[in-house]
Formats: sequence, structure tokens, C-alpha cells
Amino acid sequence: MSDTLILTPNINGADDFYADLLAAHEGLTKAESDAYNARLLLVLANHIGERAILKQALAAAALNSEEEQS
Amino acid sequence: MNKIFEVPMYPYARHEDQDAGAPVRRKVVVIGAGPIGLAAGIELAQSGVEVVILDENDKVSFGSRAICFAKRPLEILDRLGCGQPMVDKGVQWNVGKVFFDDRQVYDFNLLPEEGHQRPAFINLQQYYFEEYLVNRVQELQAQGAPIEIRGRNKVAAIGTHPDHVVLDIDTPEGSYNLEADWLIACDGAGSPTRRMLGLDFVGRVFEDNFLIADVIMEADFPTERWFWFDPPFNKGQSALLHKQPDGVWRIDLQLGWDIDKEREKRPENVIPRLKAMLGDDVEFELEWVSIYTFQCRRMEKFRHGRVLFAGDAAHQVSPFGARGANSGLQDTDNLIWKLKLVMEGKAPESLLDSYDQERIHGADENILNSSRSTDFITPKSEMSRVLRDAVLDLSEHHEFARPLVNSGRLSVPCTYDGSALNSADALLDGPPRTRPGSSCPDAPLGDGYLLPKLGNEFILLTIDADGPEEIKEAGITARRLALSVKDDRTLALKERYLGDHESGVYLIRPDQHVAARRASYDETQFRAAIRRAVGKE
Repeated sequence: MSDTLILTPNINGADDFYADLLAAHEGLTKAESDAYNARLLLVLANHIGERAILKQALAAAALNSEEEQS
Repeated sequence: MNKIFEVPMYPYARHEDQDAGAPVRRKVVVIGAGPIGLAAGIELAQSGVEVVILDENDKVSFGSRAICFAKRPLEILDRLGCGQPMVDKGVQWNVGKVFFDDRQVYDFNLLPEEGHQRPAFINLQQYYFEEYLVNRVQELQAQGAPIEIRGRNKVAAIGTHPDHVVLDIDTPEGSYNLEADWLIACDGAGSPTRRMLGLDFVGRVFEDNFLIADVIMEADFPTERWFWFDPPFNKGQSALLHKQPDGVWRIDLQLGWDIDKEREKRPENVIPRLKAMLGDDVEFELEWVSIYTFQCRRMEKFRHGRVLFAGDAAHQVSPFGARGANSGLQDTDNLIWKLKLVMEGKAPESLLDSYDQERIHGADENILNSSRSTDFITPKSEMSRVLRDAVLDLSEHHEFARPLVNSGRLSVPCTYDGSALNSADALLDGPPRTRPGSSCPDAPLGDGYLLPKLGNEFILLTIDADGPEEIKEAGITARRLALSVKDDRTLALKERYLGDHESGVYLIRPDQHVAARRASYDETQFRAAIRRAVGKE
């Protein structure tokens, strides 16, 4: 497994995934959506598992840092 | 009937030092007869070092206070001659349950590792803990050991000098002066010694209050640790239920920041809270109620010349994880053998600086862990709460989230990685848990266990390896303990000390931490390791 976060397109059927994401939030209040997002984040983070990748993901999501942090 | 903590254990008695023409000089004075001060005194007295313990009070801890004692401190207490009564009296537990809102989200079993003489934890009221230590002091006194506890001796002023300290001590019969070569301050989180010396105590204050109640009840709750996040009976807060000996239950209820402490402590306000938690039909009696706030902070240095700070006086943590008294006992375990060597002239005074280095490392680890627990238990922002609740909700359905739930990471011994007293690890790819700096893990040896055989002196442990029966180096004698992996049919000794190696040689410090290890004995290397372990290399 690579220890570098993938930041190039990597999802097959990007539009379908995005539609699934929106559908998951359909009908939820803001509070419910926040809770859902938090659970989704934790599920995905556990699947990734690798701390080095997670660190890079935390940095990438902040938008203002270098892609790579070692 | 009087509770044990209402009876004077070491009542004031006039001492000849109070009538001396000039201040008497004692070898070591310990301020504070709490768990840490008593442990320090016992260890000194056991090896014949004169010690006077001063306490402004004359009783053991008021209320249960510290109740959870971990394996490592129990192993230390074995060497102080009082581990057994504590284990006999204490309540052992392995199962914990976690509740969120109105439901149980999961339970866990600590599943303690096999092959250790002592359990992972016992619950025991601090007043019993202190009583057993005081009993041990009295036993030592009966054997003629140079130890005394002077009750209602309150230190009012401290003068520090390069080679001694001078104390002004107030008693019910007036004040007197006493000198000491060394002073160990074990006078708690509010340490008057620290204040009198004008020393710092910086860190983080948590804006929260917790109600602790000790409740006596005949209830059929099992011997488990129950922790509630956001329960219906304490909305938006947390709660803890834990069993102690004698049918006493510890209940912790988080109250939040803006409360009237005096009002909340009154039984007419406490009892309805407890009834909401326990149910209306449970009969109980309140033994003790207190409200506490806490901080996570430490002194910048624990050694100030001839004054050494230990326990809560040196560092304070949140109660989650039982890291207060447990870490304090590891402080004095680290300190006393060094102080003895310095007092005997066998080690340079600079050895005491390694107490600073090693135990500050330990304090920082405890502060980090207990701050993280606190941040999980009491989220400080809206998103912190959203994430916390997400973890708890997930933990009910998916096992992966359970390790993220943090209601306290229970105390484990600190490894002194990077300590100047360690020699480089020469057992290549040996078990990480016994690398230099680690505290020795126990292992079964036929009818007994490893740790009691190590005692509290320098040991050259050889496992299926040759070595001399003793090494004398720089005034230190390391006695050999020769073992074979065949001595332990469970193979725990091999797994914990050799790993894939066929043999191993360990230099073990008097506090049972590993100073050096190699696959085989090498005289030059081990002599150097002894010098390094006492600050001479």
C-alpha cells in the first residue's frame, strides 16, 4: 500500500458517488447532517488506517498547507 | 462509629528536637504523610536512612479520594512491604461498561496479561492505602528503623542553603526549627512548600466541576466500571460508578462550570441526583461528598537544590486514568535509590538531575493522556462534541470505534526512553517492552515470580547466559540473578526478555528499570553501563 495520499481523480463514477453523498443527507437537519458527516469521516479514516496517509489528508483538507508533510 | 479517617493515626507528641538548644540536623525530612510521602519514608527507612515525616494533620486521607491503584505501583509497594494487605483488601475488576444517553453502547474486558503476580488494578480507598503504609512505618519502628511521623507539625517557612535546608515548624505547643540534609516535598497539589519557595506550577485549567460521592449500599451492581456519557440522569454531562471495598461505591458526576459548590455539596442536593442515577428503590448512605475541579500542570523542574518535589506537589493531572497517586509512587521509586547513592557518596549529586529528566518525561506522558481523556469526556467545542458523539454512536454498532472511546486511559508504567542513564540497546531486535528505560515486566518462575527476586538493588540478570556472580564497579555492586527460559514453562520470560534470541543479559536498576541489555555478557560494556546508570559516565 502506498504511503502517499491520492490527490488525483480516483473514484470510478464520480458523479454517482457525489449523488450518493447528497442522497445520504437528504431530509436530515443540519445537526443530523453534521453527525452523519462525523460518523462517515470516522468510518473512512478507519478504513484507511495508515497514520501517515491520515495526516496528509488532514493537511490537504485544510487547503492552505503543503500537499506533503513528513 | 468513627470512620478510620476520623481517628488520629499519628497524634502529636512532643519530640526532643523541640527542646534542643540549637536546631537538630536530620538526614532526610519528608513533608506530607500522604501516599507518596509515606512511600518515600518507608523506602528510606528500610535501607537505614534516617527520615522524619512531617504532616500538618494527624489522620489518614479524609474520604476515599484516590481509589484505583495499578499493577506497577503494587509491585513497588511489594518492595515497601505493604503490597499484600492492599491486594487482599482491594477490589479487583476487569469488566467495564460504556453507556451513552439511555443505552449501553458496549462493554469490554481488560483481559489482563497472564504471568504477573499482581492484578492490573485494584480499587482501594486512599484512607486504607494510607493506613497500611502507616502500619508499615510502625512495623519498621518496632524493628528499630530510623523513621518517625510527626503529626500536627506544620512547616511554616523554609530556608534553603547549598548543603541543607532549615525548617520553621509550628506545633500545638509552639514552633521549633529543624535542619535537614535533604527535603522531599510530598505535600500535594496545593503544595505549601512550592508556594513558600515561590516556584512555578504552570499548565491548563479545565473549567469543570465534579461531584464525588462515596455511597454505602447493598446493591447488586456487579464489580465493574460503568461510565456514562450524557446520561438521562445527568444530561449533557458524564457519570462514573466504581466499586470499592466494604460495599462502598464511588460515584462521580460531572456538574459543569457555573455552579454553587457549597450548595451542590449539601446532602439535600446530592441525594436527589444519586436517586436519579441509582433508582428510587435503592437504599444508600452517603459516606463522603466532595466537589473537585482539576488542572493538568507540572513544575518546570522537580529538583531545586536540596529540595525534591514528588507526587501531586510536582505534577497534577485530571483523575481520568488513575494517574495521580500511581505516578507519584513511581516518582519516589525513581528518586530514593538515587538519593541514597548520593548521600552515601557513591554517585555524584548530578544523578538527581536524572530524576528530573525521567519523571518529567513520566509527568508529561500522564498529562498528555489525561488531557486527551478530559477533552473526550468534556468536549470543549460544538464540533468536538459532534465528533465525540459520532464515536459513541458508532461504537454501539462497529467495533472499530471502540478504541477511540476515551473515558480514561488507565495508568501504565512509563519507559524512560532517551534517559542519560540508559546504555544503547545491544539486544538487537529484542522485545521492545524490555528495551533500556523500561520497567521490568513480571514473569512466572515456577512457584514464584520474577520481580520479587529482583528486589531493590542493582541486578545482573542472565538468562541462559554466562556472567560473574557479582560485579563491583564505581562503588556499586550488581548481584547476579541467573535464570533459564526453562524456569518458566509458560515461556513468558522468554517472550518478554529474549524474543528470538537464545540468551540475554540485563543490567537492572534498583527501581527495576532496565539500564542495559545484550545477548551475552561483556565485562567492559556492563561496567560502563553501571557507571552510566549512576551518572558517572
